[in-house]
Amino acid sequence: MGALNQRGIDLGRTDRLAGQETPLHHLDPRAKLLVTVLFAATVVSFDKYALTAMVPLALFPMVVIATGRVPVGYLLRKVLLVSPFAVLLGLANPFLDRGVAVTFLDVPISGGWISFGSILLRFVLTVSAALLLVAVTGFQRLCAGMARLGVPEAVVVQLLFLYRYLFVLLAETQRLVRARSLRSAGPAAQSLASYGPMVGHLLLRTLARAQRIYQAMSCRGFDGHLRGEILPAWSGKETFFLLGWAAYFGLVRGYNLPYLLGQLLIGGW
Amino acid sequence: MSHHLVEARSLCFSFPDQAEVLKELSFRITHGEAVAVVGANGAGKSTLLLQLTGCLLPTSGEIRVGDLPVTRKTLEVVRRAVGMVFQEADDQLFMPTVFDDVAFGPRNLGLAEGEVAARVTDALATVGAAHLPQRPPYRLSGGEKRAVSIATVLAMHPDILVLDEPSANLDPRSRRQLIELLQAFEHTRIIATHDLDLVRQVCTRTLVLYQGRIVADGETDGILSNEELLLSAGLL
Ligand SMILES: Nc1ncnc2c1ncn2[C@@H]1O[C@H](COP(=O)(O)OP(=O)(O)OP(=O)(O)O)[C@@H](O)[C@H]1O
Ligand SMILES: [Mg+2]
Repeated sequence: MGALNQRGIDLGRTDRLAGQETPLHHLDPRAKLLVTVLFAATVVSFDKYALTAMVPLALFPMVVIATGRVPVGYLLRKVLLVSPFAVLLGLANPFLDRGVAVTFLDVPISGGWISFGSILLRFVLTVSAALLLVAVTGFQRLCAGMARLGVPEAVVVQLLFLYRYLFVLLAETQRLVRARSLRSAGPAAQSLASYGPMVGHLLLRTLARAQRIYQAMSCRGFDGHLRGEILPAWSGKETFFLLGWAAYFGLVRGYNLPYLLGQLLIGGW
Repeated sequence: MSHHLVEARSLCFSFPDQAEVLKELSFRITHGEAVAVVGANGAGKSTLLLQLTGCLLPTSGEIRVGDLPVTRKTLEVVRRAVGMVFQEADDQLFMPTVFDDVAFGPRNLGLAEGEVAARVTDALATVGAAHLPQRPPYRLSGGEKRAVSIATVLAMHPDILVLDEPSANLDPRSRRQLIELLQAFEHTRIIATHDLDLVRQVCTRTLVLYQGRIVADGETDGILSNEELLLSAGLL
């Protein structure tokens, strides 16, 4: 229950972070969205065994964290929350791919482990970039930006609802779990048997609540169209932001910077 | 709409596959009236109020707002005229900040952003929540939430205000402020409540619902002093 409460608060925290006032927050969401998509595309385009070559890409999330005043702990917790997924995804590699790829301090490292590391790094990079995007933009403005970029309104509205109902689902879960735990003391409590009905009940409650929210929205004239999100206008700043990062990603993709740096140092000696 | 009236003609309603919740209701509420709808839990108050905004449509009979029957076709016009404050403030507030929430309705009306901001400020000031615009609604206290949800509706400048249990969960002072606010409105007001004291202070007329029927409709003073009636309607 503690964990749930914590997470419930966490969701709200994203919105609060998004409400901060920094130059990054004031940037047109479209620029941030495009750079993030470009970032993800760059990460994905590296080959299977790339590891060190991708490291310089971490500069992007780091700069966003610093300029957007996003607490590192907040980000880490969220990334950890979803990381089991990436571990599962990559775990087979070390077993399937046993050929020695490099030897580091006399320890042979198989290609499988390297690609496993590569998957983890990609995962951490893309997930943090996506989380940061929401944290420095806000979900509503992000959706407005998508709409402006030509994403169909129906899709955008669905996303907005999804986000809103996520809060509803969490709040309902929180209440239900609380009510349950307060009435379950003793060894026979917390049995698995009661979970089935509980989940069903939760679903029905969430649906009923979602319906009431929808009613309240329609009473205030909601007709499936988004209105009002005033976006900051696209200006030189946005172009600079977009082109600057695009150039950097291109550089990292085109040249193995850590390798070149190593060469430079060794060559210098 | 020139006439802010609400009229029900033999209004019946049942949820799919269930017994009738509203049975043959007829009444007429005219411009500027403040009407209380009282009745025991489950009497059908909330269901009746949802008919007024077209969230639920009658199974038979009709309900008219102004000169129009409430139907799927007239929903837009009806909802401009009728502002509804829901029983659960949490259901009403769904945007990331109070400002956005109050602005939601006016924006849907297609107003310019300047006019929207003016209406938001105005509505928040009216309910005494002028200091809250940047707060996230889900972090407000019960009383603040109630005030903001009333503001969300006021910002649309409705002719008719419909409130479901507005004084529930309010502390004595917030409740008093709410009563003063409701007294000050010149809108047609329809208020479903268990708070008979609020009814006495705000509403000149009272409808008593009992198991989906209107069992009394008349001056508040007369009805609230009729103990027999209140007992039989499950209110005492
Ligand atoms: N969504 C629904 N589906 C089916 N039946 C419903 C639904 N909502 C309400 N009812 C039933 O309709 C009847 C009237 O409910 P309603 O919510 O209008 O009562 P109320 O007078 O507002 O009660 P309260 O004072 O508790 O708010 C109740 O018997 C209830 O069980
Ligand atoms: Mg009710």
